[in-house]
Amino acid sequence: MTLLSLNSMKTNIGQYSVLHDISINVPEGGVFVLLGRNGAGKTTTLRSIMGLWKPSPGSVTFRGQDITNLHTADIARLGIAFVPENMGIFGGLTIEENLILATKTGQFDQTRLDRVWELFPAMKTFWTKQAWSLSGGQKQMLAVSRAIIEQRDLILIDEPTKGLAPSIIDAMADAFREISETTTILLVEQNFQFAKSLGRDMAVIDDGRIAHAGTMADFVADKELQESLLSLSA
Amino acid sequence: MDQVNKLIERLGGVYLLPVAVSLIALVLIGVPSSWVTLTVAGLAMGMMIFLMASGLSLVFGLMDVLNFGHSAFVSFGAFIAASVLAWLGGWLGSDSIILNSMAILAAFIAAFQFGLAAGWFFETVVIKPVYHDHLRQILITMGALIVAEQMILAIWGGAPMSVPRPSFLEGAFLIGDVAIEIYRVYALILGGLVYIALYLTLNRTRIGLLIRAGVENREMVEALGFRIDRLFVGVFMAGSALAAMGGVMWAGYETLITPALGAEMMIVVFIVVIIGGLGSIEGTLLGAIMVGLVANYVGFLAPKLALASNMILMMVILLWRPNGLKPAVK
Repeated sequence: MTLLSLNSMKTNIGQYSVLHDISINVPEGGVFVLLGRNGAGKTTTLRSIMGLWKPSPGSVTFRGQDITNLHTADIARLGIAFVPENMGIFGGLTIEENLILATKTGQFDQTRLDRVWELFPAMKTFWTKQAWSLSGGQKQMLAVSRAIIEQRDLILIDEPTKGLAPSIIDAMADAFREISETTTILLVEQNFQFAKSLGRDMAVIDDGRIAHAGTMADFVADKELQESLLSLSA
Repeated sequence: MDQVNKLIERLGGVYLLPVAVSLIALVLIGVPSSWVTLTVAGLAMGMMIFLMASGLSLVFGLMDVLNFGHSAFVSFGAFIAASVLAWLGGWLGSDSIILNSMAILAAFIAAFQFGLAAGWFFETVVIKPVYHDHLRQILITMGALIVAEQMILAIWGGAPMSVPRPSFLEGAFLIGDVAIEIYRVYALILGGLVYIALYLTLNRTRIGLLIRAGVENREMVEALGFRIDRLFVGVFMAGSALAAMGGVMWAGYETLITPALGAEMMIVVFIVVIIGGLGSIEGTLLGAIMVGLVANYVGFLAPKLALASNMILMMVILLWRPNGLKPAVK
């Protein structure tokens, strides 16, 4: 069943046309990976879904509902979480405050909080620390924790492995695998090893257009396609 | 240098600055009684400027809006208070402290309510159309300040207006050979109470948490499901009401006000917000206290430099800390 559909989506930022024609269907469950070179339009795609940049023309539907012209806050309240490339954490707030802001009622559901602590023990260890004092990996953990502290239907995650140490990337992959059992993840990633270890379905964006879409297994098997779309050597 | 910075941070960081400035002033002034009087005057002045500036700092931090019209609320607050106090002259002149206090309370309530209503109107009509455009924000808000000044001229006339004070706020405490004006102590206490209320709101409530988060990254607050534009209207209204309250305090302090009050205060208010660090209430308080202290000490030690003292202070602080003393984390 399709959870999210992008239909001939075009997005302009100022006078520049960044997305020319993006059409993808993200099925419910698992990890859908968006790949592409730098500047291809991956981040713009996620921001357009969240309503941070408005696509025009084209449409975005979530569970069959047209969300193209909804305000970002209303899109989030439908059950879509966003982990931006810069992580978007609030450095002057403690970890507890960062997480409580992401709850609907201002109260923690203890079961979900325990799950966050289990996935990312550092969140419990540094509970009362201000977020600016965390390491890069811990900040990314906090950003992901914020996305899962409430039950969401879809999490948009933008390049979560950027600048992280290999050991942290492994931990992040394990966490994403577990999260994707209950929540669909739309993952933008340049780290192909990381992406292929998680993705079930995928698409490649090139110059603001969908250049390829299919299953990750088929794409991994086609070295020639990888080389042509991502410049990955076999 | 790193070790010196670490030592300063351990001792209290930038919060030590007013203490250091006061101690240097004590040495330069040499007469403890004069120093105490000037210090209390500086702190009281700082508290009144804090009331005027705190809203502006949050408005800029939260929505990146440069509101040069902010001090119009200060002017209106001052003139509304003067009118209310004149109208309640009977209460003010009475021997009863309760009636005196009721008159002052009425002046504060009138100015506060005006600030809320005018803040809503100003945000909706003047500010909203120019979000994300600093140049137009400067032009339109400076224009609004001029319009506000002309409105005051039209309503209250151009002659300076005297502001009556109740007798219990007149005079001074004498402690040894130190004279401390009662009104200054009153300003200090009231400013302190407002700061505590603001601090508790920002640090102990969910709405405060949202404001602090919004100052850092408003886009992310929206991505978490909150309408920051609606929150901003509330913050703008509260900021305007605080500025109007600051105007009431300032009117009582000066006892003679003119329609140019807003334009005169605008520069000081902006200096305080810049020195303190945009978007930070702690920074605004620190900046306001520094401006108050330095203005009083320099006014005593080198009167010819008094007018330039705020600018010099701003230059020195920005050379040392380009983002201000205590900026909100961005």
